[in-house]
Amino acid sequence: MPTRPHRSAVTDTSRIRNFSIIAHIDHGKSTLADRLLERTGALDVREMREQVLDSMDLERERGITIKAQAVRLAYRSPSRGDYVLNLIDTPGHVDFTYEVSRSLAACEGAILLVDAAQGVEAQTLANAYLAVEGGLEIIAVLNKLDLPAADPDRVEEEIASVLGIDPDTVLRVSAKTGEGVDALLEAIIDRLPPPQGSPEAPLRALVFDSYYDSYRGVVCYVRVSEGTMGTGDRLRFMVSGEDLPADEVGVLTPKAVPVAALGPGEVGYLITGVKEIGRIKVGDTVTRRDHPATVAMPGYREPKPMVFSGLFPTDGDDFERLREALERLKLNDAALQWEPESSRALGFGFRCGFLGLLHMEIVRERLEREYDLDLVATAPSVGFQVVLTDGREVEIKSPQDLPEPTARREIREPLFRVMIITPTEFTGTVMELLREHRGVMGEMQYLSPERVELIYRVPLAEIVFGFFDQLKSRTRGYASLDYEPDGYATSDLVRVEILLNGTPVDAFSAIVHKDKAYTYGKKLVERLREIIPRQLFDVPIQAAIGSRIIARETVKAKRKDVIAKCYGGDITRKKKLLEKQKEGKKRMKMLGSVEVPQEAFIAVLQVDAD
Amino acid sequence: MPTDAVRADDPALADRAATWVGAYVHIPFCRRVCPYCDFAVVEGPGDLRAPYLEALKAEIAADQPFGGPLDAVHLGGGTPTSLDPAALGAVLAGLASRFGLADDAEVSIEANPEDLDAPTAEGLAAAGFNRVSLGVQSFDPAVLASLGRRHSPEQAGAAIAIARTSFASVNVDLIFGAVGESARSWESSVQRAVDAGIDHLSAYALTVERGTPLARAVLAGAPAPDPDDQADKYLAAESIAAASGLVRYETSNYARNGHACRYNLLTWAHGEYAAFGNGAHRHRDGRRSWNLRRVDRYVERSPAAVVAGEEQLDAWGRDVERVLVGLRRTAGVVPGIAGAALAGSAAGERLIAAGVLHAVADRLQVIRPLLGDEVGRALLALEPPPIG
Repeated sequence: MPTRPHRSAVTDTSRIRNFSIIAHIDHGKSTLADRLLERTGALDVREMREQVLDSMDLERERGITIKAQAVRLAYRSPSRGDYVLNLIDTPGHVDFTYEVSRSLAACEGAILLVDAAQGVEAQTLANAYLAVEGGLEIIAVLNKLDLPAADPDRVEEEIASVLGIDPDTVLRVSAKTGEGVDALLEAIIDRLPPPQGSPEAPLRALVFDSYYDSYRGVVCYVRVSEGTMGTGDRLRFMVSGEDLPADEVGVLTPKAVPVAALGPGEVGYLITGVKEIGRIKVGDTVTRRDHPATVAMPGYREPKPMVFSGLFPTDGDDFERLREALERLKLNDAALQWEPESSRALGFGFRCGFLGLLHMEIVRERLEREYDLDLVATAPSVGFQVVLTDGREVEIKSPQDLPEPTARREIREPLFRVMIITPTEFTGTVMELLREHRGVMGEMQYLSPERVELIYRVPLAEIVFGFFDQLKSRTRGYASLDYEPDGYATSDLVRVEILLNGTPVDAFSAIVHKDKAYTYGKKLVERLREIIPRQLFDVPIQAAIGSRIIARETVKAKRKDVIAKCYGGDITRKKKLLEKQKEGKKRMKMLGSVEVPQEAFIAVLQVDAD
Repeated sequence: MPTDAVRADDPALADRAATWVGAYVHIPFCRRVCPYCDFAVVEGPGDLRAPYLEALKAEIAADQPFGGPLDAVHLGGGTPTSLDPAALGAVLAGLASRFGLADDAEVSIEANPEDLDAPTAEGLAAAGFNRVSLGVQSFDPAVLASLGRRHSPEQAGAAIAIARTSFASVNVDLIFGAVGESARSWESSVQRAVDAGIDHLSAYALTVERGTPLARAVLAGAPAPDPDDQADKYLAAESIAAASGLVRYETSNYARNGHACRYNLLTWAHGEYAAFGNGAHRHRDGRRSWNLRRVDRYVERSPAAVVAGEEQLDAWGRDVERVLVGLRRTAGVVPGIAGAALAGSAAGERLIAAGVLHAVADRLQVIRPLLGDEVGRALLALEPPPIG
């Protein structure tokens, strides 16, 4: 058997360009990707749906990109012949920064897309820094030239002064109209370096993403760095040690098209027939058993979940189904973590870790939609470090796990470095907002006379719930935000518990700063009083710190719940009405003898303790 | 007629009603449709009356008789008195000839106060009607106006007086809880009704029914009836009625001894009744079925093809239904399989603890009728017992 059977089947590296588009949210990344697909004939017009790369329903509905995706474009340059362009899409939301760095690791270059009306935003900077750190060549591109508000000269200046990019190299496009896209394609082959790597070398291919297909099992997205990988090869996953066959290798155009082999610099997919989730890890390096590499490629830093929430099936019998669904999601969502959790109020479920609130919402929605599960999600919480009186340190992910005051010496909460770019007229407003959220000022830098960058250190618990919305509303949408973990600090925190009908409900507990505990407790019980329907008896709702009650409301017993009249003997109709009401009740959770609707569990989210 | 001179809430009477048979006749015509009304009604005189009467007679003539004569007949609407007494008498004669009429049968008709003058009352009595149900609704002119009613409190008083001379039993319908109605207004309406010497009172909470002008107004932001206000008024009506010797024997119905409505009793006893007219619901041979709602279609297809839908229940479903409707009565039900299952269920135990449901060995009762639907939902949520 020949050791290197695929040489003739693979593309010459000099004809390959691998790149990502990085941008602040809403700067037009998906539209530009669509335009590139269209210009390179990846899809004919009939097949074009708007924003092809955003394939998950959720992505379309929310207008955001969640999962990185890869597509291979066949580009014929008018002057230089045929090229293969691999476009690796990246998510735009700050929750998913780790996905961006993962995608960038599979590229030699990046298109830094900036809205010509909005200018440089927080994620423009964050993503640009990631690309620079990754050693990528950057092409800066101004988008939305078609907008009347576009001010490309000003934005070009901003890019030059903030990122040190030569303004003469900045391209201008309108992804919407297609203007400038041809020049961009030429710049991609002209200015981005081709991948390096010898086809003769032992195979090293990075698994940069994966998903689960119900027919094919685990499908890996791979980028080959060296060597070749062909259908039928016997492969070894270097980190996990799994030996698996390459049942099929192929490229995404964006339809999956099998190919004989992938060579250096090529991006495509690999199917091994593995159905067991967890046997393949994103970040692993694939090599060939008959000609193995000795050193794996640098993997990825495991993304660290920052926000935790309990997910419980409404119907306790769905516990196993929930576990399976989480396992499947985990396959292409490395950041998702979970462990079994039991709650007195909600029974058995999972304590899940998420990158942020958007990530949490998306996971929950996917579980409900794609796996048809009916879930109760408890109030999200950040993770805390607790130093016990005996000096031991423990990490807690749930307020229930907080040791009693007598057993702990201190609680440390996670802090974030928050970067905000805002028009200068809102500087005072933004600083006020940050102060309210216990932020400590770091740096302040003027990007231009009109725009300023503020860097603060803020407790994660303060920015994770509603901070972004407040920032947007107080700056009329002009400020942008990016953040990254910045260690832990000791803080004066207490656990606020909620008692329903005199019984503590663990799922409602929260750890909050002492100065905010009273307001928080008061607002939460008020909110719960609105949400919890009237029952057969009065239901007191109390907030307590330890044994001290800090707030109380009562849901008064309901007094009238009866159909006055059966119309002319129409019993069927009365039954139907009651049946319908009964179905509504099914979606409630019994906590002791109190019926609680599911939205009560996320009410905590809607409480703004300021 | 009149019924046995026993208390209206007597359990033996309630249970015996299951053996009675009845007939309902729907008269859909109204001069003007009230904004809260959800019945199968049409407005204005139109030219459908004569063909409708023919269609009714044809449907009655084509139906199968019961084993015995009718114990109760009820002409409802709509506004039955929008037809003249002779025409209504002819419908009644049709029923009597097809089904037979028991000697003591209750023959009841609904009437609007503004229609019931002395000649009309005498005409109806002569035609064989021995009970009248007057749609008084309120004695407060402002409330009557807000309910879209055309009569005055004085007309209502006069109609009651006329009715008392012509009929053996007189009922008044009242509606409570309209927005703007004060507690005093309501209490005074109830007091005036009982003081007028009625035998029977139906006091209904105003309900916002889907698709009615009232529902549209509420959707558009008008205030909806307040359930706590309605609860207060319900309890007020109950005590005023009781003080005048009118016993509450069903969620919304009160009667003097001997004046419980037979047609009502048999409906709630899960008894069988025939039904005629558009949108009419019947319960026969263990099956519920209902007629086409549109008057023109009903007229066109009577008598052969007027049934629009039906519901056939298994033994468990029937028993659940028996308990469901039976629990609307103060007398409650013999528990049977479904009642025992309810009393033994977790939800049933909660309802017993909350003082809503009362269970003794051979009787299950709702003792807080204002929360009756809590019981209904708990009953419908029960799993059928395993077979065998």
